[in-house]
Amino acid sequence: MITFDDVTKRYPDGTVAVDHLSLEAPTGEITVFVGPSGCGKTTSLRMINRMIDASEGRILLDGEPVQGIDPPTLRRGIGYVIQQAGLFPHRKIVDNIATVPYLLGWDRKKARDRAMELLERVGLDSAMGERYPFQLSGGQQQRVGVARALAADPPVLLMDEPFSAVDPIVRTSLQEELLRLQAELNKTIVFVTHDIDEAIKLGDRVAVLRVGGKLAQLADPKTLLSEPADDFVREFLGHDRGIRRLQFISTEGLRLRDDLTVPEGFEGPTDEPWLLVVTGDRRPVGWISRERPAELEPYGTFVLGRDSMRSALDAALLSPSGCAVAVDGDGKVVGAATREALDEALSEAADG
Amino acid sequence: MNWLLEFFGKADNWSGPAGIPARLLEHLEFSVMALVLAVLIAIPLGLLIGHTGKGGIGVVVTANLARALPTLGLLVLFVLLLGTASILPVIIPLVLLAIPPILVNTFEGIRGVDPELRDAAYGMGLRSGQVLGRVLVPVALPLILLGLRLSAIQVVATTTIAAYTGLGGLGRFVIDGFSTQDYASVVGGSVLIVLFALVVQVLFTLVRRMTVSPGVSQRVKVR
Repeated sequence: MITFDDVTKRYPDGTVAVDHLSLEAPTGEITVFVGPSGCGKTTSLRMINRMIDASEGRILLDGEPVQGIDPPTLRRGIGYVIQQAGLFPHRKIVDNIATVPYLLGWDRKKARDRAMELLERVGLDSAMGERYPFQLSGGQQQRVGVARALAADPPVLLMDEPFSAVDPIVRTSLQEELLRLQAELNKTIVFVTHDIDEAIKLGDRVAVLRVGGKLAQLADPKTLLSEPADDFVREFLGHDRGIRRLQFISTEGLRLRDDLTVPEGFEGPTDEPWLLVVTGDRRPVGWISRERPAELEPYGTFVLGRDSMRSALDAALLSPSGCAVAVDGDGKVVGAATREALDEALSEAADG
Repeated sequence: MNWLLEFFGKADNWSGPAGIPARLLEHLEFSVMALVLAVLIAIPLGLLIGHTGKGGIGVVVTANLARALPTLGLLVLFVLLLGTASILPVIIPLVLLAIPPILVNTFEGIRGVDPELRDAAYGMGLRSGQVLGRVLVPVALPLILLGLRLSAIQVVATTTIAAYTGLGGLGRFVIDGFSTQDYASVVGGSVLIVLFALVVQVLFTLVRRMTVSPGVSQRVKVR
C-alpha cells in the first residue's frame, strides 16, 4: 500500500504543485490520478519514487517512509513506465527489459531469460528481443516499456501517462493488455492520465485532482460517475456521465426472450413485430419486420454477462428493431433483449 | 607530377633523420601527443558540464573564442617564451587548437540526449555515474567521435607549422622546400600531409563503425 500523508510540494518560486494531499493506493489495485494539466498528478506520482522530493508530509510504502530510502535503491524496487517509453536506443530490446535485473546483479543468462519471458507476456514476438528500439512501432515500444518495468517483479508500478502518445486503437489494446496483466499479477499500480475515460476504464479507484494540487474526489469509477463531489468533478467527467455509468452495470440479470429467433427462409405468419433470423448454428443474420419479412435489417450484439449495459444499449440502438441480440462467447445467439427488458434494466440502474 | 616522381623517387628521401619515414614518425608523434593531451582535458570536462548542466555556456563561449586564436601566432609566442629546447612551444598551441571541437561536441552531445531518456534511466534506479556511462555516453558517442575527428584532422594539418621552429614533422619538406626553392619537396610534403589527414579520416570512420551501437546509428544489417 502507498500512503500519502499530508504531502505538499512547494517549489522555491512559491508555486504549490501538490497541496496537502492525503490518500491511499491500496495493495493490488489500480489507483488513477486524473486531472487537468497543472493539477500535480505527475508530481505526485514522481514523489513516490523520489524523482521529486516532497516538501512537507510523508509518503509511505507499506508503512515505510520513502524519504528514508536511498533513491536508486528505492527505484529499483518500483516499476516505472513513462510516456515515450524512454527505451535506451543503443541497447537491444532484451537488454532494455533486463535493465533493472542487471542493476540488481542478476546473472546475465537469468536476466535475459526473464526478459524473453516478459516480452511474450506483454504480447510481443520473442524475435523482437534482438531488435533495437528504433525498429519498433510506438505501441510496441510502450509494451517493452511495461515489460522493462516488470522485469525485477516489483510489487509497485508507477505509470506516467504511458499510453497518451499512441493512436486510439493501439491505446485501447494497450489498456486491455494492462487489465489482463493486472488480473494475473495483482500489482499495486499508480497510473497518471489526463483522460477521464482512461481513468474510468482502468481505475479500481480514481483520484480527481484540481489545478493547484488539491484532491477533489477519491472514489471508485461508478461512484464517481453517479455522485461527483462538486461542480469541478462534474464538469471534468463530461456530459454523458449517465450513459458512461452503464458500463459498470452487468448484463447478467437482463431478461431475454428466446422465442424471437427464426431460421433462414422463414416466411411467417407471426404476431411479433420483429423476428431475428439465425443460421443453423445460431449465428445472427438480421432482423425482419412483420410488414416486410423479405428484408433483412441490421442488428447489434453484446456478449451476455461479459459486456456491460452500455454495450447492450448500444446494440439495441444499432437496429431499427430496438432490440439487442445477446450472444455467448462464441458469438452464438442466446436470446434477444427487447425494449421492455432494457427499459426495466435501465430503471433499475437509475435507482442505484 | 614530375615533382612528385622526383620527390618520392629519390632514394635519399627514404632514409636518415630527414627522410620520409623519420619525418612521418615525428609528425605522428606531435599529432598524437597533442590529441591525447586535448582528449584528457576536453572529454572529462565536456562530460562533466554536459551531465551536470553547470557552467555550460561559459565553457562553450570560451571554447569558441579559443577557436579564433591564430595557431601560428601562439607558436611564435611560445617559442619566444620557452625557446626551442623542448617540443612544448609546438605542443601547447596544438593542444589549444584541438580542445574546442572535442569539448563543444562532447558537451553538446551529452546535453542533447533526450530528457525522457535521462528520466527513464534515473527512474530505473541507475546512479548518476551509471546514467552517464551506460546511457548518455553511448547515445552521444557519434557526436563525441565527430569532435575527435575534427580535432585530429586539424591537428594533423597544423602540425606542419612545427617546422618553423626547426622541429621535425612533414612540414619540414614544405617549409625547407620553399626556402631552398626545392618545389618537388614542397609538393611531395603537401601530398604526404593530405594523405595523412585522409588516413585519419578513414581511421575514425572505422572506429565509429566499431564503437557506435547499431541502435544509435540506426544501421542494422537484417531486419
